[in-house]
Amino acid sequence: MIAHSIFFYTFSIIAIVSAIMVTASKNTVHSVFFLILDFISISCLFIMIGAEFLGMIMLIVYVGAVAVLFLFVVMMLNVAQQKNQWFSSEENSKHIPVGLIISTLIFVELIIVVGGWKYKPDLFDINNSLELAKVSNTHSLGQVLYTDYIHVFQISGMILLVAMIGAIVLTFRKRVGVKTQSYIKQISRERSDGVSVLNVESNKGVKIDD
Amino acid sequence: MEYLSILFDQIYKILFLLVPVLVSVAMVVWLDRRVWAFVQKRQGPNVVGPFGLLQTIADALKYIFKEIIIPSSSNKVIFILAPIVTMTLALIAWAVIPFSATQVLADINVGILYLFAVSSLGVYGIIMGGWASNSKYPFLGAIRSAAQMVSYEVSIGVIIINVLLCVGSLNLNDIVIAQQNLWFVIPLFPMFVIFFISALAETNRPPFDLPEAEAELVAGYQTEYSGMMYAMFWLGEYANILLMCAMGAILFLGGWLSPLEIYPFTLIPGPVWLILKILLLFFLFALIKAIVPRYRYDQLMKLGWKVFLPLSLIWVVLTASYLFYFNLLPVN
Repeated sequence: MIAHSIFFYTFSIIAIVSAIMVTASKNTVHSVFFLILDFISISCLFIMIGAEFLGMIMLIVYVGAVAVLFLFVVMMLNVAQQKNQWFSSEENSKHIPVGLIISTLIFVELIIVVGGWKYKPDLFDINNSLELAKVSNTHSLGQVLYTDYIHVFQISGMILLVAMIGAIVLTFRKRVGVKTQSYIKQISRERSDGVSVLNVESNKGVKIDD
Repeated sequence: MEYLSILFDQIYKILFLLVPVLVSVAMVVWLDRRVWAFVQKRQGPNVVGPFGLLQTIADALKYIFKEIIIPSSSNKVIFILAPIVTMTLALIAWAVIPFSATQVLADINVGILYLFAVSSLGVYGIIMGGWASNSKYPFLGAIRSAAQMVSYEVSIGVIIINVLLCVGSLNLNDIVIAQQNLWFVIPLFPMFVIFFISALAETNRPPFDLPEAEAELVAGYQTEYSGMMYAMFWLGEYANILLMCAMGAILFLGGWLSPLEIYPFTLIPGPVWLILKILLLFFLFALIKAIVPRYRYDQLMKLGWKVFLPLSLIWVVLTASYLFYFNLLPVN
């Protein structure tokens, strides 16, 4: 198991160092790239403990979609200069105590949660009865999510849907006077709407645009 | 010593996969240009080697000996990293492609998720290249391609769910074996069409090559690249295209299965069938490049979000209800 532990320590060190670099690096875009590296090494750790489904979903959702949007926003808004100002200028240093308080709170909460962590007493019996070798972890995850915790799962899905609709409603602006292409209008246009054949008498002309 | 021998064994296997992939990428570039030329009644590359087969190798040699220019105002580390990321991501995905029931480099449980994850990471090479160039055209190209690839990934993901409903496993070999009686292209034909078009958009191929639209953006995210770094972008792009073709062949065209389980067909080994199917899909890619004009950007987004996504979601509901009603859901 030497190789296993070598890989474990490599990925954990990369994860921790890149997590530190996310906050430490001056350039915001670099921060996002370190965040991506962090996600990737954490999904490698997931795969190493045999949770390959979670690892892959982590890659697809966080690295493939969420981080791309982060990068998008950071590149478009040019946040890099702002971040530098925050750290260098005197007046903005009042953010630091607030940040410290919040991070201490989160840290204490984490310690309480981890300290009070207990495995369900029958967990290991369940594991043995499932015969881990036969059931892949995708199947067992599906069984747990869609049978034991189906209501919680559905409710969290609804919350996400509401959040999505909320975001759309908040940012949606109806702009007036913008020319947009309407397929229905284009397709339903007939020859008779656009062209009319007139018999023009000579020297009299015809009046258009009326 | 034991670890070393395992290591060498793996490296040998990896080389045995990667070298043919790289050679076939070179050949496929030639095929692409020839098909394109023949549609337009031109000759295409026909000078270097027999039928111009060695044209790509000549081009690659030319790129190797050209000077790599790094713009002074660019972000150098990311600028150099971008083509490497593109190339690496295009090649590592081949690890899970099954060439026959036993010929797989890594026969992992979540093979299709791995393929999907790696192909969705492909956007990073483009964004990194576009941003690090610190120039207008590459940046616009990168922004366009980021939005485009994220949008079309969604419908590809939903299409994969369709296939998975019929298979009941995420393993690529299981997906191929599930098609023994009927290739999924027949019951899921609309999904195959949508997958094919989304694959065109995902690999930035015409008619969806907005990120490198030469009329508007010079060469998009590749504008500032030269020499070997440009060649790596270019090879990575074609390796990605081949990968999407392989994905289509495995998901819908029965992978390494022969079309009919009767005598003359069964003589041909599995890998040959897979390669033939990949080439068929690539031929369609090349034809479409030649015959379809480029989309406008708002039309591209509309197609992805308002047409493909609802259609494939409805098809998931249909497939699931059909399988459930007739009690065909794969349960193990």
